[in-house]
Amino acid sequence: MVETLKPETSEQVVEAIAWATGEEAPVEILGTGTKRGFGRPMGDGNRLIGHAVDLSGLSGITLYEPEELVLSAWAGTPLAEIEAAVAEKGQMLAFEPPRFARLYGGEGGTLGGMIACNLAGPRRPKAGSARDHILGIEAVTGRGELVKSGGRVVKNVTGYDLSKLLTGSFGTLAALTQITIKVLPAAETEETILVSDMDDAAAVDLMSAALNSSNEVSGAAHLPSGTGAVPGPVTAFRIEGFAPSVAARGDTLRDLVGGHGGVSTLDREGSRSLWASVRDVDGMAAETAETGETGDDDMPLWRLSVTPNRAADIVSAVLATVPGTVQYDWAGGLIWFQAETDADGTGHAAIRSILAAHGGGHATLVRASEDVRRTVDVFEPQPAPLAALSARVKESFDPRHILNPGRMYSGV
Amino acid sequence: MKMPEPDAQTLARRDEIVAAMHAFVPGEGVISDETGMAVYESDGLTAYRQLPMIVVLPETVAQVSAIMRYCNENAVKIVPRGAGTSLSGGALPAADAITLGLGKFNRVLEVDYENRCAVVQPGVTNLGITHAVEADGFYYAPDPSSQIACTIGGNVAENSGGVHCLKYGLTTNNILGIEMVLPDGEILRLGGKHMDSEGYDLLGVMTGSEGLLGVITEVTVRILPKPTAARALMIGFESSTAGGQCVADIIGAGIIPGGMEMMDRPAIKAAEAFVQVGYPLNVEALLLVELDGPPVEVDYLIGRVREIADGLGAVSIRVSESEDERNQFWAGRKAAFPAIGRLTPDYYCMDGTIPRHRLPEVLERMSVLSEKYGLGVANVFHAGDGNLHPLIMYDANKPGELDRAENFGSDILRLCVEVGGVLTGEHGVGVEKRDLMSEVFTEDDLKQQQRVKCAFDPNQLLNPGKVFPTLHRCAELGRMHIHRGKMPFPDIPRF
Repeated sequence: MVETLKPETSEQVVEAIAWATGEEAPVEILGTGTKRGFGRPMGDGNRLIGHAVDLSGLSGITLYEPEELVLSAWAGTPLAEIEAAVAEKGQMLAFEPPRFARLYGGEGGTLGGMIACNLAGPRRPKAGSARDHILGIEAVTGRGELVKSGGRVVKNVTGYDLSKLLTGSFGTLAALTQITIKVLPAAETEETILVSDMDDAAAVDLMSAALNSSNEVSGAAHLPSGTGAVPGPVTAFRIEGFAPSVAARGDTLRDLVGGHGGVSTLDREGSRSLWASVRDVDGMAAETAETGETGDDDMPLWRLSVTPNRAADIVSAVLATVPGTVQYDWAGGLIWFQAETDADGTGHAAIRSILAAHGGGHATLVRASEDVRRTVDVFEPQPAPLAALSARVKESFDPRHILNPGRMYSGV
Repeated sequence: MKMPEPDAQTLARRDEIVAAMHAFVPGEGVISDETGMAVYESDGLTAYRQLPMIVVLPETVAQVSAIMRYCNENAVKIVPRGAGTSLSGGALPAADAITLGLGKFNRVLEVDYENRCAVVQPGVTNLGITHAVEADGFYYAPDPSSQIACTIGGNVAENSGGVHCLKYGLTTNNILGIEMVLPDGEILRLGGKHMDSEGYDLLGVMTGSEGLLGVITEVTVRILPKPTAARALMIGFESSTAGGQCVADIIGAGIIPGGMEMMDRPAIKAAEAFVQVGYPLNVEALLLVELDGPPVEVDYLIGRVREIADGLGAVSIRVSESEDERNQFWAGRKAAFPAIGRLTPDYYCMDGTIPRHRLPEVLERMSVLSEKYGLGVANVFHAGDGNLHPLIMYDANKPGELDRAENFGSDILRLCVEVGGVLTGEHGVGVEKRDLMSEVFTEDDLKQQQRVKCAFDPNQLLNPGKVFPTLHRCAELGRMHIHRGKMPFPDIPRF
């Protein structure tokens, strides 16, 4: 029988994991479980996942000092609660975490889950991802030990940066219990400049030019299938900041992009809603989600992290192999690709070799059936020396492979 | 500070090791005479000196790999070194170790404007990167004050900061990838030109690992378009409390300045005496605030900051009206260290970080400590991010003063930790703060860090004697004490 344990203190997490370690009983580590479809089906050889440790009972903000730009919370705190608390003080999580839950037909998600998956939204090129904003962490390793790293200050080189190591480790190294992140002032206002009807290659070039200008563009996305309001290809550029600055930069940016297509401007509200939709990849949300949009859940959904100026070439090569739809974000650095065929995921080899031939990067199989995720590498396979090092790092935290075994790589 | 006992067997094999090194690196790349090695005997923390066993200066990744493999197989220790500007003894040689200097890796390999990055060798200086791209309107943001000399490889090893890191981040936020050599000679690439790197964030761990995990042989850095305008305000306050409040209110107003520095009265006095740029001498705290970005924004924010400072009863406010004037404002701050150096035969630079609002209390208690130890102290402060650099003044020629300065420094760092801060914001642990690590971390915390070290360097040959106060063998660290028992759950809620 699978038991779900719901500890309410760090000590109880230690107790639960120490027990699992003693029994060599692998456990699933989860928050609210909204991103369970992200990763390989868990398991380690013949050992099945016996029990789950649900961290959603470790909830609540423990420290928030807006003037110090710092917030600490228990890992199981709903992300929505944190975003509401910082919004009330005119602040934000600058890396703009997407609502990945919607890709799997759910809603919500926790701080711990967001950190464990190292999420980042459209502001990524300017502001970085979750790993760039984590200041400190407290977690229980697979050895059943509560360890901490970092602190509550931005500038800190005291010891190895294990906070970053645990960010994006999908619960395979330690169960996160408490997290301290940097928060930043939210922009006073924003606007978005839209350019219509550019082909992908021209859009990628123009996004690069916009980011290279002094206009401090905080979002650059290309939507070949348009938005709800605009049917054809649309390229979007966001500018945020103090009102006089946004107005001035808007003018110079319109000059820069004018002549490449029809130019229009979204005001603050329009801009916010567009970027929320780009951030959450609304066009590719699960059919069961209440977004009104539909994707094709049975077909693989890929997230490609690439050299930005190679994006259009990569997309045209991928589409020649597997038909589907795409969304470009991060000025080309991020490509979302929803396959229309290839239910068995066999296109993965072609997709990954296309990336390798275009400057490298990572292809992540964000959504696919459990069978496909069992047979196709969900995360980019690593060269042997790197895989061996990753395995040794896993070993150093979780020598008995108790925590989310196999979720990232087989045997890790 | 006690360093590990040199290994007699290694020392006995010195000639054999020198010969092996000559086979890997031609000609002048191997230095084994005492005179030639003397320049490597210390780094920026000059209180500690030690002649290396051998100095090796490779030129290619293949050479680095061959050296590392040989050393791993023959149990020879290695101390990696960039420009040797470390202020924490991170590059301090060991008597039984090879000092591996990366100075010959000094080329900018590629500048890629379209993807806003540059690929450089680790021996390129921090400022050298900016010089390579500034004609095209770009720059590399982190700017530690040693930027003329310090290398990007060392910056990665120490996760260097600088004046601009409040707005633009530290080294860790400004690199995309590295090539590195593991102690067993294996060559790895982490990251690249793409932004998100999947898998464990080993790049994040390498950054700030102080040369204990691997040798960096190439770095891909982010470069940014240079802001079109920058202006600075120089604001004097009657108390550090008012100065601290001003910093809090600026950030509270949603403004993140490009740079925000504070100096206390002794530092202001010393700087003004040295560079004579018109710093007010009747104030307890001097705040320098630099706003950068498009001209419209800079002018607007200068106005906002001035209002905030006025509202807090600032004694004096000056706004730079030209580049010359802006540079003048900064001249005193940038010359703070040498300015203090004129007042005292020696000074010892500390590097704690504190939650910003604790500043007045920390300064107060520091002046009590200053009386207790009978040594003067001046403070410069990266006010935006809470990184404090107290400069303790002493005379090494007076018996006992160095010890007193070090004890004073340790007390300051303990104070930083006590108020919720950390031992080091940007200078690293090195040998200097090694024995204070247990003030911050538990035994379990430190052992887990050392297990990560073992994952990279199982024979513990890289940069020995640094960072960790107690050495444990990797085999010992890997052991697990298992408590078998019943499911521990009467206490744990389930559903």
